Parts: sequence; structure tokens; C-alpha cells
Amino acid sequence: MAVKDYIRERFFPHIWCSGCGHGMVLNGLLRAIEKIGLDKNEIVMVSGIGCSARISGYVDFHTLHTIHGRALTFATGIKMSRPELKLIVPMGDGDALAIGGNHFIHAARRNMDMTAIVINNRIYGMTGGQYSPLSGYGTMSTTSPYSNIDHDFDVVELSVAAGASFVGRTTTYHVKQMADILGQAIVHKGFSVVEIMSQCPTYFGRQNRLGTAIDMLEHFKENTTPVGSKAKQKNPDLVERGIFVQKKMPEYCDEYDKIIERAKKGN
Amino acid sequence: MNENLKFIQGNEVCVEAALYAGLDFYAGYPITPSTEITEHMAKRLPRIGGKFLQMEDEIASLCAIIGASLTGHKVMTATSGPGFSLMQEALGYAIMTEIPCVIVNVQRGGPSTGIPTHVSQGDVMQARWGTHGDHAIIVLTASNHQDVFAITVDAFNLAETYRTPVILLFDEVVGHMRERIFIPEKGEIPLMERLRTSVKKGVDFHPYLPREDGRLPISDFGGAHRYNVTGLAHDMWGFPSDNPKIVYGLIRHLVDKIQNNVHKIARYKEYYLEDARTILVSYGSAARSALHVVENRRSRGEKLGLLELQTLWPFPYYLVQEKCADAKYVVVVEMNMGQILQSVKVSVDRPERVFLANRIDGVFITPTDIRNILRLIEGKGV
Repeated sequence: MAVKDYIRERFFPHIWCSGCGHGMVLNGLLRAIEKIGLDKNEIVMVSGIGCSARISGYVDFHTLHTIHGRALTFATGIKMSRPELKLIVPMGDGDALAIGGNHFIHAARRNMDMTAIVINNRIYGMTGGQYSPLSGYGTMSTTSPYSNIDHDFDVVELSVAAGASFVGRTTTYHVKQMADILGQAIVHKGFSVVEIMSQCPTYFGRQNRLGTAIDMLEHFKENTTPVGSKAKQKNPDLVERGIFVQKKMPEYCDEYDKIIERAKKGN
Repeated sequence: MNENLKFIQGNEVCVEAALYAGLDFYAGYPITPSTEITEHMAKRLPRIGGKFLQMEDEIASLCAIIGASLTGHKVMTATSGPGFSLMQEALGYAIMTEIPCVIVNVQRGGPSTGIPTHVSQGDVMQARWGTHGDHAIIVLTASNHQDVFAITVDAFNLAETYRTPVILLFDEVVGHMRERIFIPEKGEIPLMERLRTSVKKGVDFHPYLPREDGRLPISDFGGAHRYNVTGLAHDMWGFPSDNPKIVYGLIRHLVDKIQNNVHKIARYKEYYLEDARTILVSYGSAARSALHVVENRRSRGEKLGLLELQTLWPFPYYLVQEKCADAKYVVVVEMNMGQILQSVKVSVDRPERVFLANRIDGVFITPTDIRNILRLIEGKGV
């Protein structure tokens, strides 16, 4: 099946700005799904609110566009009631880790089989460029006009600490790695987190004088390094990308099936 | 002894009724005075192969059951004031996306943390208007355990019929009180199932194209048809739209499907209304004290009657007007500052004859409290 067959052409053109990374993430995700050979009918995509959340409208899966920050909780209800479905949950940085931060860590802790994608462009794009929990100290935004004094999360470290059984990170520059990591995350049985560093040239780029979308992509190329590389030892400021955690852990729906067995015996 | 005869808390009755109605998915978060519902669900659901989730908060609980309902399950969550406040946004989502679910609010004193272990009926208007935007909602209540059972089953039936959230507005007294209850046999109370689409797999399905009668057939999410669901204003495809004609049609549909059926949704009980000169209008546990006063005075030959409302919203204006038409006085008995009082005043022809007998101090309203107000109204002093 061609990537095009996963798209709802009826709903194009999309709403994203030129140069936005969200389309590249969509592309990488569809290539991953195509490679795994998943049937469209077995995929449920749940999203929250924001530019990233609009991905769900454009794909020909079962799609649920929900409320801000709560995508993982809706996904939890769907997965628990229909464990055979594949759940993919694309979220923005504000969606996943500000308003949805609590749900994020608890979903990671539960280890229910689903793939959380944090598309991290370090800004609230839909509302016009306010700082997010991932903007970082010293960044400019419409709500940090004199520079941001909030420190950011490290999505990978947070996910690992919260108990996610698969944690990866890549960027929109590394499109092949993106499709590869997303594919492994989707196949992984358990709660998977993939952070994709993405560019918002319209708001984050412009307010922080980072140049064009291409300049921002170049920045991802130059300031990241494969996980465990020697380059990181030489330059600790480099951001590592790759797979950080990939471990077998009891999956929540499987565990609940055991509870059902136990409860029925006790009857 | 008949095993259908039980002596249990109202909260447990609600659980038994939900299971009777076909619930097989529940998510909740502990909060007084509704916690027993969540506890009993945790115990009962896995025994029948159902699913129970304790989520990280009330927002997550409601969102999880909405997700599960969409895939074709009968679902419920239970909470109290502070948790109900947290649920308001997701409640609006279920209204907008027309996903059936039942939300129990066992009311306690508010605002804020209030008096968690004491009774109140202070969430009546919140249940009506708590979530933002124009909308209609179904809110039911009951005053005794047998009625809690019946009305809980009804809540599921109405949620499935109208594809809407239904709020069960119980209170601390009904939730915690132990009382005799007879669990009906299967089949005694009819159950409604949601209307599923007859559109075949592979044929274009319009998830948000209501039939001429206003009903909206569903296709279980994750099943035969792939479609989009969104809390944004949407067209028949379930895709976002800001076309004024489409938005108008959607809002009218959401409101009309409930408001136009107010007669079918109205649930109530009446006691001695035929010749009543003074009518008490009450609901929930407050109606127990009201009924006590009415029966007591009737035994002395006084013409008192009780209209017990079980459907609070959509408010049955026509019913209150009709039943109270010949009454000299109408006294609304409730444990708040008069949240149903206003609707009763709007309903009757002579609003100046409508009075309030209430308590707002966390103490259950007694027959004496009501009697004192009656004496004042009748000019007899306290």
C-alpha cells in the first residue's frame, strides 16, 4: 500500500504553515506504518489540541480529536476496551507535557500498549507563539518578551523516570531514523514514547532569530548526535537521538486479563 | 431469604443498577461521598469480564469512559463536587461528540472542598450549565434506594437513546444511607441499546448525519467504518467546520434532540396531588422529609401533596405548571439556596405563591424544618 492510501485527501489542504515540521512527522509516521504493514482498520489515532493534534484528521484511520492535554486518557479507555487495536497518540509539547503532563507520566507508569509521539517544536503554535514547558531558559516568545526564565523538561529523562518501556528521540531532519524509531515504537508492546524535535519557523524560529525552516533543520543536524556517541563526550551540549529504553515489561491490558481470571475464580 | 433482597448503601445500589443496565466499563477516582461506587465497581466488574480503571484524576476518568463508550460499551464514572467541577470540559466533549455515558455526582457541601461528608444539593445548576457553550443535558435524581435502582437503569437507557451524557445527581444521604432494596429480575426493566448504523462495511458512513427523527446511528469506533470524531464544530463527516449553516444545524440538533423530548424524559412521582391546596415540590433525599410532612398532615385531614421530581433537566415546566395549577401555595424543598425554586417559579402561573424551604448548613433537612416554613406561609408563626 502506498503512503498516499493512508491519507484522507478529502480533507486536504492541511492547516500547517509552510516550513512546519508536522507534515514531515506525518510522512515519517505513515512510512513506518507502511513498512510494518498495518491495516488501516486496526489503527486508532487519538490526538489532543494544537497544531500537532490536527494530524489525526488527515489520516484514514479511526481518528479521535479530543480536548487539550487529555489524548492519552481517551486512548487509555479505547485500548482497555479494545486491546486488539493499535493506538497512536501524536501530541505537541504543550499538549503532552504542560496541560497533559500528569496524564503523560501516569500513562507511562501504567505501561498500556500505545505509542505516544511528542512533536516538540518548543512553542504553542496554534495560539500564536507562547512559551511551552519545552521552550527552555532564555528563549523568546510572546509570553516571555523579556526572555524565558522557565527551565525545560528533558522528555527522554522524564519518560524513563516515569517508567515508559520504550523511549526514543529523533528530529525532523533525520527522516529515515524517524520512520525507523516510530516503527519500532509501534511494534513495541507497552507504552512507547518518541520525542521528535521539530521546527516551528513561524513562531519559535522567528522570535528566536533561528532563520528559515531549512536553517532550523540544519541546526538539528549539527546539534544532535547518535545515542552513546563519542561526540557527546567531547561536547555535552549535543542532544542525543536514538533509542534509550526498549524493555519487556508486563503490559496493562494483559495484566488486567489476569485480574479477570482471578476475580472469576473467586466467584 | 430471597437473594434479590438486600440492605445496602445507595452507592452500592447504583453499582448494581449500572451492571443490570449492561455497564461493562468503569473508570473513577476516589472522592467522598461517592468512593463506594468506585470500590464496588473494582470488585464486581472483573467478575463479569468487565473493565475497571482507577485513573489519575476525574478528568482522566471521564475521558477514559468516553473513549470506551465510543467503541461500543456502556460506561459510567462517579464523583462528587470537586471532581464534577474537573469533569466539566470532558462533559462538553461528550455532548458535542454525542457519546453516551453516565456520570454520577453524589453531592456534598460546597463550594470548593466544602463539607465532604455532609449532604447538599448545591450542584443542580452546575449540572445544567457547568460546561461551557449552548447545550442541553439530562439530569436525573432519586430519593430512595428502589428509585435509585430504577433511575440508574433509566439513565443508561436515556444516554443510549439520545446519545448524550446523563448525570445522576444523588446526594450524600442517599449515597451513604442503608435501606432495603429489591433487585429486579433480568428483563423486568427494559434496557435500551444504542442505535447502530445499517451502513455496510466499505460503504461511505456519515458519522454525524442525524436521521429525520433526530437520532444519530453509531458505528462502534475501531470497527467496520473509519471516521473522525472531534470536539470542534463539525460536519456530517465529523470533520471540523466553521460554516455558519453547519454550526447552526449542529447546535440546534444537540439542543433539540433533548428539549423537544422533555415529555418523554420527564420522570416524577406524585403523592396526594388531586386535591392538594399546598404542594411541596422536592427531589433527592429532601423529598423524603417532604413526603413525611405530607403524610403526617394528611392524617390530620390537611390537603398537602408532594410532587417529587426525578428529572431535573430538561426541566419539566409543563408538568409543574399542570400539577400546581390549583394550588394555593407551592413550596420547593431543597438543600441549596433555591436552585430549582427559580425553575418552579417560571413554570407556574402565580410565582408569588412559590416559597422555599431549604437548608444549606450540611444538615439534612427535617420534617420540622419544612413544617416551620409552612407555618410561616400560613401565617401561624413558628
